[in-house]
Amino acid sequence: MERNPMRRQLAIMRQSLFDQGYLDEQFIQLEELQDDANPNFVEEVVTLYYRDSARIILNLEQALERKPFDFNKLDGLMHQFKGSSSSIGAKKVKAECTLFREYCKSGNGEGCTRAFQQLKREYATLKRKLEAYFQLARQAGPAETACCRKE
Amino acid sequence: MTVERAISEPKDQFPVGMRVLAVDDDPTCLLLLETLLRRCQYNVTTTSQAITALKLLRENKNKFDLVISDVHMPDMDGFKLLEHVGLEMDLPVIMLSANGDTKLVMKGITHGACDYLLKPVRIEELQNIWQHVVRRKKFDRKDGDNSGSQDKPHIDNGGAAGMGSVDQNGKLNKKRKDQNEDEDEEHDENGHDNEDPSTQKKPRVVWSVELHRKFVAAVNQLGIDKAVPKKILELMNVEKLTRENVASHLQKYRLYLKRISCVANQQANMAAALGSADSTYLRMGPLNGLGNFHTLAGSDQLHNAALRSFPPSGVLGRLNTPAGLGVRGLPSPGMIQLGHVQNSGNTSNDQSKLQSFVIPGNHNANTLQGMPMSLELDQLQNNKGVSHIGELPTAANTTVFPVSGSLMDARISGCSNNPLLGVTSNSLMLEGSSQQTTLHPSNLRDSVSTMGFQNGNTLSDFTSIATASNQLQCSKADLQCQASPTSCNAGQIIRSAPPEWNAPYHSNVMCCSINSSIPVNGAMVPLGQCLDQNNPNFHRNMDLDSIAPSNFVDPKSLKRSEGFNSAMEPAVIQKEGYFQPRPQGGYNVGSLEDLASAMMKEGPDTRKLADGDFGCNGYSHRTCI
Repeated sequence: MERNPMRRQLAIMRQSLFDQGYLDEQFIQLEELQDDANPNFVEEVVTLYYRDSARIILNLEQALERKPFDFNKLDGLMHQFKGSSSSIGAKKVKAECTLFREYCKSGNGEGCTRAFQQLKREYATLKRKLEAYFQLARQAGPAETACCRKE
Repeated sequence: MTVERAISEPKDQFPVGMRVLAVDDDPTCLLLLETLLRRCQYNVTTTSQAITALKLLRENKNKFDLVISDVHMPDMDGFKLLEHVGLEMDLPVIMLSANGDTKLVMKGITHGACDYLLKPVRIEELQNIWQHVVRRKKFDRKDGDNSGSQDKPHIDNGGAAGMGSVDQNGKLNKKRKDQNEDEDEEHDENGHDNEDPSTQKKPRVVWSVELHRKFVAAVNQLGIDKAVPKKILELMNVEKLTRENVASHLQKYRLYLKRISCVANQQANMAAALGSADSTYLRMGPLNGLGNFHTLAGSDQLHNAALRSFPPSGVLGRLNTPAGLGVRGLPSPGMIQLGHVQNSGNTSNDQSKLQSFVIPGNHNANTLQGMPMSLELDQLQNNKGVSHIGELPTAANTTVFPVSGSLMDARISGCSNNPLLGVTSNSLMLEGSSQQTTLHPSNLRDSVSTMGFQNGNTLSDFTSIATASNQLQCSKADLQCQASPTSCNAGQIIRSAPPEWNAPYHSNVMCCSINSSIPVNGAMVPLGQCLDQNNPNFHRNMDLDSIAPSNFVDPKSLKRSEGFNSAMEPAVIQKEGYFQPRPQGGYNVGSLEDLASAMMKEGPDTRKLADGDFGCNGYSHRTCI
């Protein structure tokens, strides 16, 4: 009833996240793991991701301040970051990670810096969008938020 | 596979309830993994630290059925954890990583992982992981579980816990039984297993230091090539130990030795290179049985005193020499000497080393799986100096392994963390896989080579070994008689078993690429490692000695100077005359490097070694592996 328009809106929002390439199928896997026993699973994981990845981003920033670049270290950090980003289905962020790693492999410091900036932007954008999404989901009704995909 | 649950035990609803330990430092991934596993109805325990995981596993070996671990972890490398688990607990381990590089996957396999999954993991993949548990159990059962078949009914009742396919197990047991007719201790042993029909699972044997020491002593006594589980079991005389347990441990041990030999070789090389008179290093046991070796050892040619000290007993390679290839003679129990160069018959190396050597799982010998290199390394470190690979049965007599203990230690420690380990394991793997039975000689060889390799290269640092691998290669190459592919570059990570030697082996093994510059019979078994199991190579090497004793010297000296080979070279040289004097001087170094590279198997290069072509001279192999 009241939820319907909200849920519909939620569904639209969700779909656009996929359509615009912010999220990929992995996110759906997360949603599938959400159930009655675990009603806020998706949000939990995403929150955890943002908390943990903030640390890695900080490490990356620090590493990028030290010249000359330690590409191995940067690559290692990015590998980690990529792993968790892919776990939540953060598609664009993951793509930036890959690009960054390629620059690392080829020793392109400039490229790394640029890729990192881009990555941070994508990361922040996704965070905003997901926060809005979860907020709407909460408003739309806890029990059914996970079902968006059906709509 | 159908998990037949003949038993009617309600709690045993395998795979439901399978106890999994998940390890990943990334909390997001860990949470996801945990949730996925729970969704599969497994019983999940998680930890973000490898160290904690090990602790949990050690506390109660029967607490878990399977371990899933990330590769990249800050406190401990995933591969190292894998080795530990394989050695100590013999549990199936699945590796997880966001990186799906073939090399990494290969590394996982060689370290003993039973599967390698890519992140993000999907639930479908996790739904099938229970097969690894069943598979392992089945093999365990089969292995010497003779009465298994007899007890089938028992087992069935007992609730083939988790194993599900009791029937299958029974059958397998039966089959195995037939195969093992000669080994027959099964009945007795099975008794153990059958004693507890209710669990049907073999209780995990904890290979304590003491037990392992006994094991090593028994193996040494029997001779690495003659060490069969049944006899080992008899010698050990430990209650409740089954032939199966011994068999799987032996497998791991061999892998370990192989790995060690690589390390030892490097160390030896290093020692040689450093010209240290530290005989401990050079313990690269020149061919034990080979008389020549002794000569070699004694000859001045070997400059290095250390070299000389390589006990001829050759930890290394005594494949054929009953004298107890390496392993046997290990003189110092605590120390695993890679190359007992000096021991003419005793390989001694050791037991201590062996301890860490736990052959992961029973899998078919093919997988060196996680040679507990790391473990060994630790041990080695403790043993200081005795890094004797112990049983490096390198080519029958090539005691080349002389991985001197000290060297080994250094190496091993280095190794464990180094890719070298990985490399060794890889190489070992090759051997293992290819021939399980021939493991011993090959193992030794591998180990010798590894050892030599390690020794040669950087005693203390594997990574340096890698760079030095070239050196190793060279040295190895020198040693290697070109003719026989077998010459496994002892230094070089024997892994690359000379083509002749072990078909499987060589694929990885750097083996004998020691330059064939020494025309010695062609079988120059450098470092004795020449994977040549069959002594022919070694023998050939021996001939070389006589033929070109001078050869030895050179390489040796070369090595020594290079620092690479002190360990390696002497061993190698002694062994067979393989040591072709590397005029290049780089000989030593090269071989070490080769070894290192071989060991490290970092890349495709390492594979190349496989063909006895290490030829230091050309160092073309460098990659030894």
